[in-house]
Amino acid sequence: MTTTATTPEQSPRASSTAPLLEIKGLKIGFKTQAGYVDAVRGVDITMRQGESLAIVGESGSGKSTTATSIIDLLPGTGEVTGGQILFEGRDLTKVTPAEMQQIRGRDIGYVPQDPMSNLNPVWSIGFQVEEAIKANGVATGKQAVRARTIEVLKEAGLGDADQRLKQFPHQFSGGMRQRVLIGIGLSSRPKLLIADEPTSALDVTVQRRILDHLESLTRDYGTSVLFITHDLGLAAERAEKLVVMYKGRVVESGPSKEILANPQHPYTQRLVAAAPSLASRRIQSTIEPTHAHAGEIAAEGADDAELIARAHQREEAGKADAEYIRVDNLSKTYRIRQGGFKTTELKAVDDVSFAIPRGTTTALVGESGSGKSTVAKLVLQLESITSGTVKVGGQSVGALRGKELFDFRRRVQPVFQDPYGSLDPMYSVGNTIAEPLVTHGVGDRKSRQARVRELLEQVSLPVSTVNRYPSELSGGQRQRIAVARALALKPDVIVLDEAVSALDVLVQGQILDLLTDLQTELGLTYLFITHDLAVVRLIADNVAVMQKGRVVEAGTTDEIFAAPSKQYTRELLEAIPGAAFEFGR
Amino acid sequence: MRNDPDQKLSADHFVADLDETPVKAVDAVDESEKPRSSWNDAWDSMKKRPTFWISAVLILFVIVVAIAPGLFTHTSPTRGASLPDSNGGPEAGHPMGFTLQGLDVYARVVYGAQASLTVGLLATIIVTIVGVVIGSLAGYYGGWLDAVVSRIGDIFFAIPTVLGAIVLMSVLPSRTPLTVALVLSLFAWPQIARIMRGSVLGAKSSDYVMASAALGVSRFRILLRHVVPNAITPVIVVATVSLGTFIVAEATLSFLGIGLPSGVMSWGNDIDQARSSLRVAPMPLIWPAAALSVTVLSFLMMGDVVRDALDPKARARR
Repeated sequence: MTTTATTPEQSPRASSTAPLLEIKGLKIGFKTQAGYVDAVRGVDITMRQGESLAIVGESGSGKSTTATSIIDLLPGTGEVTGGQILFEGRDLTKVTPAEMQQIRGRDIGYVPQDPMSNLNPVWSIGFQVEEAIKANGVATGKQAVRARTIEVLKEAGLGDADQRLKQFPHQFSGGMRQRVLIGIGLSSRPKLLIADEPTSALDVTVQRRILDHLESLTRDYGTSVLFITHDLGLAAERAEKLVVMYKGRVVESGPSKEILANPQHPYTQRLVAAAPSLASRRIQSTIEPTHAHAGEIAAEGADDAELIARAHQREEAGKADAEYIRVDNLSKTYRIRQGGFKTTELKAVDDVSFAIPRGTTTALVGESGSGKSTVAKLVLQLESITSGTVKVGGQSVGALRGKELFDFRRRVQPVFQDPYGSLDPMYSVGNTIAEPLVTHGVGDRKSRQARVRELLEQVSLPVSTVNRYPSELSGGQRQRIAVARALALKPDVIVLDEAVSALDVLVQGQILDLLTDLQTELGLTYLFITHDLAVVRLIADNVAVMQKGRVVEAGTTDEIFAAPSKQYTRELLEAIPGAAFEFGR
Repeated sequence: MRNDPDQKLSADHFVADLDETPVKAVDAVDESEKPRSSWNDAWDSMKKRPTFWISAVLILFVIVVAIAPGLFTHTSPTRGASLPDSNGGPEAGHPMGFTLQGLDVYARVVYGAQASLTVGLLATIIVTIVGVVIGSLAGYYGGWLDAVVSRIGDIFFAIPTVLGAIVLMSVLPSRTPLTVALVLSLFAWPQIARIMRGSVLGAKSSDYVMASAALGVSRFRILLRHVVPNAITPVIVVATVSLGTFIVAEATLSFLGIGLPSGVMSWGNDIDQARSSLRVAPMPLIWPAAALSVTVLSFLMMGDVVRDALDPKARARR
């Protein structure tokens, strides 16, 4: 289906016109108790030597399944049920396991998704790289293998490789582990490298460095790279060609720039429209603000009289509202056991101060280990404060005990990151949402049921969801339920800890819209913890950038994005994939 | 470049036929299937396994035999001994032959089920309750409670169950199914407690526990309502399997002459009594031993099926 015509400008690295990899009508099914479930339903992909191609799609679109089928590493009961995978003219669906073993690693390298679980923790890094080199026959003899191992790791960007050979995976950071995996994948100079979400578990700045490095390596070796990613920005930035997959089929493919600028298929259009980038603006609620505090958000386009009235209301609300949540010199120190009786202190949060006006959203942004989630837990009083104060509505949170703390829980509610972990799998949706009501003794059985239905409607889920269990729902649906549970007690503040990070981009967009609407409707104040600056642009009024437990820069979202004053903030902004890309929207 | 339908697409820009790839609403809830809890799931997976049905039927059968032995035989297992029939082979009305004392083997096997099953069930229930309570408290509250309980558990853990039971049973004044069950439980609870503790440790660090804490749910209530239900599945599996091993342990003790008193009919006692004439008449030993094996095997098979059904890894349906 994909035509083979090409122009030299589009793929300058292409050395020949014969395709390196040609997938024709590929079908993959998973055997279940109920028969075959189709994961991939007729996929065509053509890749030429030296070309980089990205398969983009949401979870469950079949992108990873397609990629792993190339090297016959389909998980579990997966099976190719039709079509061809031609690699240099040879059909990989027909080769014997022994032949596949020769191709794997030698001709086709693979970089897996999760650097944390893809290195064996009981073997040293050196051993694992040597294993790959020996298995692919790149070098023979102890000395040669050792020398090649060091070379591979140095190329992958580990400068002090010779000293680190004997170290174990837990002594390496996530970024370094991913470099090792890239080194292993490229160790035998394969013609094709499959990179399955190679950086989705890493911080943006690390991701950028690793992808830059991968790009320069593959350019030097003339390796073709097949990226699998959910991130449209990353795909556009790193690959010449895009293949968009949806429900096991290719819906659109072609040159990256053209697809992003001019998406044709409705699904691609949707994806492009939802991709957060620097060009986007704060999401505006579609709901008419009924709450006084929401005035600021939708001030645009209101007439003068209305504006004056709102300004008046705001003044009345007074200073308490301008600093509804106030954090002063907040610190949190953990004691870490060092073995024996020794302990060391870890300052997770170091002298952090910020204020959040009522009815607005403040985002705390930072990379992993920056202390942003700890701040969230301190505001929620799930951890005790070491020093400093947190005030919510004028009330100091750290001093709350017993009944006061119980009442405080009604006003401040959390939504956590992992929609698979934050709902009790043994509780039905109805019971989950009703739990806060039962705990705080709100209403009787009947009124609680009515409230649960009302909340489900508020988060746009069908009422029939009441009897379902979390395992039956998608990540986005679970996160809606977590939001509904948080809303049950009509809180003033919701602390969202990476609440949309685990979701596909379209679902993420939906949840952000929902949060914005709820804020307008109910006058909620959000503390939004995230590592994703692109999301910040969409939801936050104010931003505080955290690094190593400290706030390095704070201001309104517009200011920070337009003119970041600190080097670290600039780095973060530049590292957003697709930041410099013009999306057709 | 903005969306422009008239704009010329480059030659290798492929767009799928819209009719072939309809775009569905983002993240719609599938309302077609009926709601299902994880217990429903476990049940669905179990009922498809032949092993489940075989072991379930066998277990039910043994239970019925234990409750109402009179339904299966009209011959008395203790009276009507006829010495001429001592160690006699099967004959009409006595399908399994006679014991050394000339009693009907079939009747004794049928009546022996009660004692074996009672000890097995009692011990399992006691061990599960004690193990779950102690294990969850230790795992959930941690600190000194955990340290003390875990060390006490380790002490009992270090004593082999049967060896400890032999010593204790030989000094006990009364030997009934209850005392046998209690003695076995005394040495077997740490296993369940350990499993429960580990499982609770995993469950208590989950996000839903934190979410409930942030709602203001009390710590103890979180333990009862969220942690225990999520941590109990491995215990159920082990308990099912251990039921079989308790029946074996009772038989072992009875065989050694320090389990149930010889007046109580049990498979272990019968095996012990038939031992002396094993060479001339093996059948009075083989029949109760077979009954024991089949019972234990059916509980072990059931444990296997239950484990497969409750194993979260086997049940990943995202």
